[in-house]
Amino acid sequence: MSGAAVNAPEAQNIFLSNFERLAERRSGKDPSWLRAIRQSAIERFAQLGFPHARMEEWRFTSVAPITKIPFQLAEREDQTVTIDQIRPLMFGEPEGQRLVFVNGHFCPEFSQLSSIPQGMIVTGLEQALERYPDRLESHLARYADIEQQAFAALNTAFIADGAFVYIPPGVVVEAPLHLLFLSTAPGPPLVSHPRNVIIVEPNSRVSIVEDYASVNESPCFTNPVTEVVVKENASIDHYRLVRESLQAFHIATQHTHQGRDARYLSYSLALGGALVRNDIRVVLDGEGSECILNGFYLVKDRQHVDHHTRIDHVTPHSNSREFYKGILDERGRGVFNGRIVVHPGAQKISAHQENKNLLLSKQALVNTNPQLEIHADDVKCSHGATIGQLDADALFYLRTRGIDLEAARQILIYAFARDLISRIEIAPVRTEVERALGAKLPDAPAAESAPIN
Amino acid sequence: MLEINNLHVKVEDKEILKGVSLKINAGEVHGIMGPNGSGKSTLAQVLAGRETYEVISGEVLYRGKNLLAMTPEERAREGIFLAFQYPVEIPGVSNLYFLKTALNAIRRHRGLPELDAMDFLAWVREKMKLVQMDESLLHRPVNDGFSGGEKKRNEILQMAVLEPTLAILDETDSGLDIDALKIVARGVNSLRSDERAILLITHYQRLLDYVVPDRVHVLYDGRIVKSGGRELALELEKRGYGWLEEETNVGVVR
Repeated sequence: MSGAAVNAPEAQNIFLSNFERLAERRSGKDPSWLRAIRQSAIERFAQLGFPHARMEEWRFTSVAPITKIPFQLAEREDQTVTIDQIRPLMFGEPEGQRLVFVNGHFCPEFSQLSSIPQGMIVTGLEQALERYPDRLESHLARYADIEQQAFAALNTAFIADGAFVYIPPGVVVEAPLHLLFLSTAPGPPLVSHPRNVIIVEPNSRVSIVEDYASVNESPCFTNPVTEVVVKENASIDHYRLVRESLQAFHIATQHTHQGRDARYLSYSLALGGALVRNDIRVVLDGEGSECILNGFYLVKDRQHVDHHTRIDHVTPHSNSREFYKGILDERGRGVFNGRIVVHPGAQKISAHQENKNLLLSKQALVNTNPQLEIHADDVKCSHGATIGQLDADALFYLRTRGIDLEAARQILIYAFARDLISRIEIAPVRTEVERALGAKLPDAPAAESAPIN
Repeated sequence: MLEINNLHVKVEDKEILKGVSLKINAGEVHGIMGPNGSGKSTLAQVLAGRETYEVISGEVLYRGKNLLAMTPEERAREGIFLAFQYPVEIPGVSNLYFLKTALNAIRRHRGLPELDAMDFLAWVREKMKLVQMDESLLHRPVNDGFSGGEKKRNEILQMAVLEPTLAILDETDSGLDIDALKIVARGVNSLRSDERAILLITHYQRLLDYVVPDRVHVLYDGRIVKSGGRELALELEKRGYGWLEEETNVGVVR
């Protein structure tokens, strides 16, 4: 790893000096409202500093590895990626609808949008700030919590580029949109702060795959913030895939705001990265709104993957379902913290949460922690968490039928995950997860012959 | 086919089998009877390769090979099948996939071509008629949510599909009504041939009314204390196990 080790205050100073450079460069371009947001965010970050283990929300996840590396802000000029490096990450669908970003910078030359409905906007945030500043002003940085979350504040200070997706009212977007974020640092370690804004206007529908991948094994820190607004009766399927290298750090903040009868499906699929933290917050702010948060984490080697989710039931008659599963092998470590807050007056809501973990080695570890905060009295809430190992009886049973130990293990591992994986509606994403699972199942393809329902 | 010589087995420091010897030839059906706790299921599990049981001494030869040196999957591929007393539920794995994977693993071992989905379905449908199983059970997860009778029939279906050389049935008749028992018996009888051997472990003699054994053995406190023909089963049914104590000088612990 290049660059001498630093301590946390030094690392913080490096971010602050990076900020000076960025602010100077953006000074002529930013609208005044953004300048103000940027300034208050960096000040807040300077006050907060990096989170530490004495903070409740960071009890099980240390960001010390990130603060020891002098990350430099990734510039557009650092971009050295070629189309040949990107092609294997296209899910085998080179003709698909895709925006490509390298270290957070939008790359139109690698992107492709064949036909998008009238009125729909899909572009880089930097361009969008120039062309649609008014549309962005009411949404950009209005949701993510920079007061409490240091990394969200850091990202907000560095807002420069990312994805901007706008779906006008009454439009159903058929093809899934692939937002591919590539990290690479062939030279010194680099940090990027992608900022994404997704707005789905009333009665519209879209599927988005937000995908983080590495083009090589290099120390990168990706610190994205994604804000999603789902308006009345609109619907979005939002897949979030982290498949970066084992040299990559990934701290993501996601905030979704839902209006009346809005539907939000989130799939967090954490397959790669050395240290991954996903803060996912959903605010159900409209009667009849519904969210489904699904997650799957596959943790091995010395990976550390942390999901902190929070669902706020603000209005009555809102529903949430949360279903996370994790498979942890070798020295992998997982954290699941699922918080559900039912606000005063939010009657007749239902909230169900489940987290199941499968440990495949003695060194693997998971901390799971459901948190219900209920300030209403006519609600249906439930939660459950399990941690288990492969069933020895089932392993033996399979082996007595001629199936060898390794295949029997694979079958049971796949069986553990399959209900979650089978519900992934975008086939190439499902395939990618199966591939990561190493589901080299003996015999016929699993999809054909392993129905469960 | 199977030769067990002076087999001693313990589990968690408790000796369960205290010198079992038994010989089964190809073409024969043997019944093993005995009261609860006599070691019947331990014998079945040890023959299938369960690692939680520790063999202290003795040997088991299967077609002249050292069975105890083989993994459970090797035994299965060499033709041993155990119908479990308590079949294991495996959520998330369909019965169809399970059966096909097992059959093809065994076929590969035997140098036979693997069956594709179509051929396999035809094969398994034929076998399902034998055990009168509803085809919907193929698409359900293995034994998951099956009734007791369905689980037992599913064991017999697996046996019919895998066509073992030595089938061991561990109390497959327990908990079955008479109709289900007849179905199980038919499945077993259809497997009977000069090349195969069958070991029926049972608590009751009624299965032996439908699958007529060549030999019957009584397992009692970890030893085979008496062997005989079919009439031995009838005698046990009539007299229970108490009389064996005097006749065989076996100290009864329980």
